[in-house]
Amino acid sequence: MFEVRYLLELAFTSIPSIRTSNVEPRTSNLENEGDYVLEVIAAQALIQALEQENVSVVFGYPGGSILPVYDALASSTIKHVLVRHEQGAVFAANGYARATGRVGVCIATSGPGATNLVTGIADAYMDSVPLVIFTGQVPTTQVGTDAFQEVDITGITVPITKHNYLVKDHRKLLQTIKNAFYIAATGRPGPVLIDLPQDMLKTKISFRYPKSASLQSYKPVLEGHFGKINEAARLINKSRRPVIYAGGGILISQACEELKQLAEVISAPVTNTFRGLSCFPGEHPLFLGMLGLHGTRYANLAVNECDLLIALGVRFDDRVTGKVATFAPEAKIIHVDIDPAEIGKNVRIQVPIVGDVKVVLQALLPSLKKTDRTVWLQRIEELKSLYPLFYQQENVLKPQFVLEELYRLTNGEAIIATDVGQHQMWTAQYYRFRKPGTIISSGGLGAMGFGLPAAIGAQLGFPEKKVILVTGDGSFQMTMSELATMVEQKLPLKIFILNNQSLGMVRQLQEFYYDKRYFGVNFEFVPDFVILAKAYRIPGYNINTPDELTQRLPDILNTPGPALVNCLIDPRENVLPMVLNGQIITKVEES
Amino acid sequence: MRHTLTVLVANSPGVLYRVAGLFSRRGFNIDSLAVGQTENVNISRMTIVVEGDALVLEQVTKQLRKLIDVIKVSDITAEEFVARELVLAKVTANPTQRGEIMQIADIFRARIVDLGRRTLTLECTGDEAKIKAFEESLRPYGIKELVRTGKIALLRGSKYTNVNNIKEEAM
Repeated sequence: MFEVRYLLELAFTSIPSIRTSNVEPRTSNLENEGDYVLEVIAAQALIQALEQENVSVVFGYPGGSILPVYDALASSTIKHVLVRHEQGAVFAANGYARATGRVGVCIATSGPGATNLVTGIADAYMDSVPLVIFTGQVPTTQVGTDAFQEVDITGITVPITKHNYLVKDHRKLLQTIKNAFYIAATGRPGPVLIDLPQDMLKTKISFRYPKSASLQSYKPVLEGHFGKINEAARLINKSRRPVIYAGGGILISQACEELKQLAEVISAPVTNTFRGLSCFPGEHPLFLGMLGLHGTRYANLAVNECDLLIALGVRFDDRVTGKVATFAPEAKIIHVDIDPAEIGKNVRIQVPIVGDVKVVLQALLPSLKKTDRTVWLQRIEELKSLYPLFYQQENVLKPQFVLEELYRLTNGEAIIATDVGQHQMWTAQYYRFRKPGTIISSGGLGAMGFGLPAAIGAQLGFPEKKVILVTGDGSFQMTMSELATMVEQKLPLKIFILNNQSLGMVRQLQEFYYDKRYFGVNFEFVPDFVILAKAYRIPGYNINTPDELTQRLPDILNTPGPALVNCLIDPRENVLPMVLNGQIITKVEES
Repeated sequence: MRHTLTVLVANSPGVLYRVAGLFSRRGFNIDSLAVGQTENVNISRMTIVVEGDALVLEQVTKQLRKLIDVIKVSDITAEEFVARELVLAKVTANPTQRGEIMQIADIFRARIVDLGRRTLTLECTGDEAKIKAFEESLRPYGIKELVRTGKIALLRGSKYTNVNNIKEEAM
């Protein structure tokens, strides 16, 4: 019997020279490719795989189908953060990934557990955030029978994941996990979902984690085309009025230093997309701030006047371009992006370069001539002084003032998570981010409720750093149940609710586009957030005037531990400037 | 303009859904889609006929290439290629009409594949124009039922659109 087994091994496996011998004889080892390892159930193998991927924290919420994974997780060194709603788990993983640049991992059960993840997955897809999401599934024998808590989550998430898998065959589990992490983190990052039928999770497998992903055709291109890079250099060197339009791709490929060099060598002003904020120092004289819908006037005017637009890791989103046909009308455009499908999608490009923006910039920089562009920079300074960001400082508390004070007291170096709405745009305008990756915010999807769980994820990624959540009373009420998670995890988050007792951004839209017919935007009841904070044993503060803010803010920020600050802001305040719908980006409402 | 794409995909569950979903989500129009296994059991080939200008086609191919299960996308429209569709048509055919219909079948090199008491079922292959002409010729006799495949296509001569060295044990 032994000999037969041995021959089978010879025939079907590559035999390593040294083996561990204290393994029980097994009936079959056809699936084993190398070293003998202890057999474990698939769920345990999954957790071991996460350990191999250096996952240190997972965010999740248990349920029947996923219990095998939870049972295995209990004895792992991986930290599990129990949230209060699955949306909190996926947003927290998302915030963690954005802050650290590592793959965020979250776990939920089948059915409603899985569907509650959908918004967070879509958010990660829109903003290119690397996530690996595990969902429980009913047993393979029941898949397709409308069993209790069964949904086709792989079907549901096809359009909002970079890829997804339903693992019915336990032999494919480990390779699938390896592939998922690889796909999520490389190229243009994105979420990858793995659906795990309960019976598969309980099947015994031998743990042997693959060393590399096995994918037939997925090979992100990193190096840009040599000829195109030369062409780009030529255009840049002869350009008189270049503008650099830099987006989230700079942060993802960690090309902030190269971007700064580029700007300084060629004396070109830099404007950021919302998602690109923090990739260029907010205080830098060449910085134009954000462009587009709520961008600075001078950024939009500079783009309008430039003769060369150097677009780096951006996707010409409609919030940036306004009316596409009128965007950067005098400019030739160089577009560098790792996703070939983004090049030429919305705007005609003269020099397309597919590649990792860091690698491309490193190749491009040596061919650039240090050029004096005094006339252009003078014009930029002129635009800055003609059309500065401004607001009317009054006796009531202005949201912009809150952000300015936060910026001043944290020296622009805190990690700022935001929700979605007016407060988010004021943050983008008035907090001048100094350190890469310090804004954690839902850009492409604009998902309210993102802020608190994402801040939790960011703080868990950087326990020592100051993490501040800037939110609104609307957004905060969407996921405020995660306060419990925050307290349970002992996180020292500082929460600032810019409270205008309404859905300010939507109200603003009704003001501008619906003749001030306000409907469904003004809350008739808003909870007392300070009492709410008390229920969670979080110190709470009401701040109603600019003076109160100035007096109390330093203490609030410097006291260790969490705080919730309810800032009663002027409810009439709008986010300005604002490019009007379907218009050229130079046509704005200013006051 | 109509384009013929050949798309090699991993033979994994849901791949048709991914491709079809991409077309509907991004608003690309599929004229026809035919899919089947290739010489490699791990790979299927889709032949997709899509309507659109150069910009649309560029987006279609780029978006297809982003799908992890898509191995290769080739737009063969400008190449020399052989394309065929297959049609099965069941027409009303009283014994007196059979001769005429069989003559039509001869002209189109179609085959009679079933003979009923009052019907004939014909099989015909060819390019789109031929299939259309065949259908028009049968119409006067009364087409009871008709089914056709989408277009399938291969490059002529020694050119290939397949891929070499695809691992036998694909994930």
